[in-house]
Amino acid sequence: MNLYAIRAIYRFEMARAWRTLTQSIISPVISTSLYFVVFGAAIGSRIPQVEGVSYGSFIVPGLIMLSLLTQSLSNASFGIYFPRFTGTIYEVLSAPVSYLEIVISYVGAAATKSLILGVIILATAAMFVPIRIEHPLWMVTFLVLTAVTFSLLGFIIGIWADGFEKLQLVPLLIITPLAFLGGTFYSINMLPPLWQTVTLFNPVVYLVSGFRWSFYGIADVSPAVSLGMTFLFLAVCIGVVAWIFRTGYRLKP
Amino acid sequence: MNPMISLSGLTKTYDGGFQALKRVDLDIRAGEIFALLGPNGAGKTTLISIVCGLVRGSSGTVTVGGHDIVSDYRAARALIGLVPQELTTDAFETVWNAVSFSRGLFGKPANPAYIESVLRSLSLWEKRDNRIMTLSGGMKRRLLIAKALSHEPRVLFLDEPTAGVDVELRRDMWALVRKLQQDGVTVILTTHYIEEAEEMADRIGVINRGEIILVEDKATLMHKLGQKQLTVQLAEPLAAVPESLAEWGLERSDEGHALTYTYDAEDQQRGIADLLAALAAAGVEFKDVNTRQSSLEDIFVGLLREAA
Ligand SMILES: Nc1ncnc2c1ncn2[C@@H]1O[C@H](COP(=O)(O)OP(=O)(O)OP(=O)(O)O)[C@@H](O)[C@H]1O
Ligand SMILES: [Mg+2]
Repeated sequence: MNLYAIRAIYRFEMARAWRTLTQSIISPVISTSLYFVVFGAAIGSRIPQVEGVSYGSFIVPGLIMLSLLTQSLSNASFGIYFPRFTGTIYEVLSAPVSYLEIVISYVGAAATKSLILGVIILATAAMFVPIRIEHPLWMVTFLVLTAVTFSLLGFIIGIWADGFEKLQLVPLLIITPLAFLGGTFYSINMLPPLWQTVTLFNPVVYLVSGFRWSFYGIADVSPAVSLGMTFLFLAVCIGVVAWIFRTGYRLKP
Repeated sequence: MNPMISLSGLTKTYDGGFQALKRVDLDIRAGEIFALLGPNGAGKTTLISIVCGLVRGSSGTVTVGGHDIVSDYRAARALIGLVPQELTTDAFETVWNAVSFSRGLFGKPANPAYIESVLRSLSLWEKRDNRIMTLSGGMKRRLLIAKALSHEPRVLFLDEPTAGVDVELRRDMWALVRKLQQDGVTVILTTHYIEEAEEMADRIGVINRGEIILVEDKATLMHKLGQKQLTVQLAEPLAAVPESLAEWGLERSDEGHALTYTYDAEDQQRGIADLLAALAAAGVEFKDVNTRQSSLEDIFVGLLREAA
């Protein structure tokens, strides 16, 4: 293991986040706070309790997941796309580092950033609504797994994208709808039966459901299934990354 | 002595089907300065990129310091520093952080004293806390050199180091390369300019259309390059070169309207004044003379004609 290299890349990426503090931390916190004001206080006061939890508290896990997903994606995709775009990637590719080390450092840094963000949002949420965490260990597990998985997905997008449009398009066109339709703001039990079935094809449902279960003990699908699906998704991402490096796809002509 | 870098049968076909390298065999000796000379698109950057791991070779093998660049890439790459052709740098990092980053990337523990000495030798020490985007183009190129040297490489690749560089920096760069050579570093540089190769290199390789068409000690090549040609336009066409002029090895051209004499510019023994006198003595009248130095272009053309 080239630990010096992992540390160098990791630090470099974290320093980049520090430089763009507004973008990476402050703006998600503000937008989450707005969600609380709008959905939690304004609309939520008219919505009765969901499965014994006040609506404001109910949406907290979903909102954290929403930020975690989008931030992991954008952190990781920018992290690898930018050096490709400027050409500075040459240095990493010519260094005595293995593919695993490259992935660990870039994905690790992206996941760290979104985890920090998740914790900040949780703290922000706690100022607005009462929160309780019934299964802290599960909560941390879901948090870390999701951050890593979606950072990997972001890494893949960052390598696949050949322009800034594509970099923005995937999160915008695919991930955001999936996240919104994934039970962030509602229990899928509230949907008509047909839509409940359709929703089960949305991977985000499992993340949100499992995560919410770790808070309040209520879930749309069983936590074991949620965990299984998360691992499945992680495995798929790892597989794609392995393929990328084996073939040199978009990295080495 | 084993070569520092050894390419054998190296071929590269890009995805579009373009063959950028054609079975290249080349050995670079430890401690030498090797200039790879060739026109645009010859395959210089491709060759360097394969050795450094940026491009995957299609077939053939490459070793650096005896380590295969694929199966033993860690050991091979740890020996190499690369200064790319394009000025690719981060914008927001400081000079110091960028160079320290490179050292870590190549698996070396931090060594501020060494980084300081590198920055000083490249006149970047005063700029160490400046962001890279505030540097001039020449400073950025020096920064790229500093990054390449940050991990104390045994082999340094300089891909067109003097493109867009002023005379003074060019001279500094040559001084640096010589110093590196004294420290035992093997240096490979690419260039379009024969003068540059002449100034620096111990050996010169000429590459054209993906083929190494010549590898020669500088002295030998310079001799070839030193050839000049004198062409005499005749008043009356000659059917043959007169007997009395045989020793000059003249060539008839333009259907006998011109005679061409090829000579070594450094050789003062047989001056052109003597030739003109000999022509006059042989009763050959001429209306014009001109001379030209054989250029790199001529050498390419000549070599390619030989190869064909
Ligand atoms: N990624 C690529 N895909 C397809 N063709 C490429 C690629 N990179 C280079 N080539 C082609 O390979 C040939 C050699 O390119 P290379 O960059 O090695 O030339 P060079 O000798 O460095 O030229 P220059 O002096 O202009 O830098 C060129 O014809 C170029 O168009
Ligand atoms: Mg080139």
